[in-house]
Amino acid sequence: MKRVLVALAAAGLAVALAGCGGGTASSAPEAVHFWTLKDPTNEVQQAGIDTFNKTAKAQVVMDVVPSDGYLDKLRTAMGSNRMPGMFFSWGGGPMREYATNKKIVDVATLPGGADIASHFLPSVLKIGQTSDGTLVGVPCRGTQPVFLFYNKKVFAAAGVQPPKTWSDVQSLITAFKGKGITPFALAGQGGNEWTELMWLEYLTDRLGGPAVFDRIQSGDASGWTDPVILQAAKTIKAMVDAGAFGTKFGSVAYGAGGSSTLLSSGKAAMQLMGSWEYAVQQGSSPDFAKNSLGYVPFPSVEGGTGNPADVVGNPSNYVSVTTTADAATAGGYLQSLYSDDYIKGLVKMGEVPVTTNAKDALAAAPDPAYATFQFELVQQAPAFTQSWDQALGFKIATPMLAELQKLFNGQQTPEKFVAAVAALK
Amino acid sequence: MATLASSDKLVRGRAAHRTRPATGRPGAAWALPGLLFFLLFAVIPMVAVGYLSFTDWDGLGTPRLNGGANWARLVHDPAIVHATVVTFVLLIGNVLVQAPIAILLGVWAAGPQRNRAALSTIFFVPLVLSTAATAVMWRQLLDPNFGVPATLPWLFGGDGNFVGTSNGAIVCLVAVTSWQFIPFHTLLFQASARAIPHTLYQAAEIDGAGRVRQFLSITLPQLRNTIITASTFMVVGGLTAFDIVLVLTNGGPGTDTATLPFRMYQEGFTSYDMGYASAIAVVLLALATGLSLLLVRVTGYDKMQSTLEGL
Repeated sequence: MKRVLVALAAAGLAVALAGCGGGTASSAPEAVHFWTLKDPTNEVQQAGIDTFNKTAKAQVVMDVVPSDGYLDKLRTAMGSNRMPGMFFSWGGGPMREYATNKKIVDVATLPGGADIASHFLPSVLKIGQTSDGTLVGVPCRGTQPVFLFYNKKVFAAAGVQPPKTWSDVQSLITAFKGKGITPFALAGQGGNEWTELMWLEYLTDRLGGPAVFDRIQSGDASGWTDPVILQAAKTIKAMVDAGAFGTKFGSVAYGAGGSSTLLSSGKAAMQLMGSWEYAVQQGSSPDFAKNSLGYVPFPSVEGGTGNPADVVGNPSNYVSVTTTADAATAGGYLQSLYSDDYIKGLVKMGEVPVTTNAKDALAAAPDPAYATFQFELVQQAPAFTQSWDQALGFKIATPMLAELQKLFNGQQTPEKFVAAVAALK
Repeated sequence: MATLASSDKLVRGRAAHRTRPATGRPGAAWALPGLLFFLLFAVIPMVAVGYLSFTDWDGLGTPRLNGGANWARLVHDPAIVHATVVTFVLLIGNVLVQAPIAILLGVWAAGPQRNRAALSTIFFVPLVLSTAATAVMWRQLLDPNFGVPATLPWLFGGDGNFVGTSNGAIVCLVAVTSWQFIPFHTLLFQASARAIPHTLYQAAEIDGAGRVRQFLSITLPQLRNTIITASTFMVVGGLTAFDIVLVLTNGGPGTDTATLPFRMYQEGFTSYDMGYASAIAVVLLALATGLSLLLVRVTGYDKMQSTLEGL
């Protein structure tokens, strides 16, 4: 009997030890852990948190998570009992799912939270709200429209101008191919499908306007069979076949060491990317970012019914507060997101804040021209469509992105692409 | 006198046996820690996965029973058929590449040659590195824009996008997996080859057998049980290989290298369809168990025959 007890005790101990592994010990009992994406703007967030912590009763601790698989990790943590206290996301569909499952709280119910909404631009706040208008995500970054970046040196050497229309794009493809330069850097490696999605988003908008995707987003799967989607898919196939992205894009990932280095090194002439590309280039090739990084709006497409001033991208990023966070600390931190220091910090990183007091701060940007370009792009856009993968949620977005990658890889015809995505439920 | 002495010894022996505490045979309790672990980390999760495969669960709310919907979808899902084919292509490729090289290296490493110990240590290095780290390293080496293909275009041919093509990606996966796991199997074969009695080779030499003949007629048959063990490892390891696919190709190009475990991960942790992912997990579990049982049966490993019988 004694032996049995000893064995049981030993087993129990072993299990207890195994149970201890893997957990992260929090530095202070009441600290609120804030999960954020690893990128150069972390610096500004950390500075804001440091300032906040000086006077706060409980600390905010920033946990920086690498961008590969960030949303997967967040989702797994949110399904467990080890939720972060606050987290960074792109708002939209996935964030609303957390709200539906009562994992995140109504910001207005936090101490000092009722006033937060009035400090941000309504169009951008919309993505941080649930369908009934409850605010569950507060904008914490600049607006991130997607537009066309180009390498000024490469353009000057070729004696060409950045594209204004789709026929410009086509003649540029021929021109750069002739010089052995990849016309557009594209990150087409598995897991980078979102960069390919930008092409579909813009082409759909230019060809048919924002209504085409609005219909899909509302849950109407037959929206995919709109002839505009097929036409956009055909345009993509024609571009791939014409060599617009070179032949190796399937092995390229986004970022420094990948598509961004192709652009900065002059191996590629252009890249369709979000405004964060500026910060990425500033981090890895500061000289290039300063002197040779050019940018223009996405060109108009002849014959399309969409307004050429429309923008797609991420209206902003959002901080949500989970049910596990200390309400006073979280509410206090959210109020710091529109403080002058925080706004100035964002502007300094080349971001365009979405607060009502942002416009005046832009003059202090390191590159006021870039900041103003973005601000005006967003301000003048009749429609700002959120990135489709963020808007649709995982269950539809993941298989949709897989089908899109097959279209780019030539493994799927435009017709079959449309049929496959229309069948997604 | 002699009988007296022996019976006396017998009595003393019995008495001694009676008074000593019973330590001889292990009781059932000895297996408890192991059993508990197995129960907690294998049986209970397996039962849970079986249950989840009949539910609809996004990982956030409460699992909801949906009958056999996941299974009905699984049977008709062309992506699963494709993933199964890819899994077996990789599996067979791995066994075909790894087994012969590991046997030859292992037998060589068992010999008394000079430099053997030093070289064996070097060959062993890939095994002690983490799979994720080696996969990242190989991904950068194989990068067509910034890796080896960009510097030595003649080596990879074409535009150097070897890892970005369907066949190239599979070749890369087999090559990198083999590079990492051949050392492990080499170690198995080395130990086994060391255990072959020298008398066999001495006898063969007297009969005039050459090195090749000795290898084919003595070494290989003597390694039989190790070959079965190693193949079982390769088959089961190949079925569940996931980390290397995730890091090296991410299932790409498109879904050309999406193996069953990779699809399971994608369904579970990218699409958050835990029910469907569980169904795939059950299929994997059944496949791995079935294949190892089959391997053991077909090869007669379960008869526990020694290769040294009659020596």
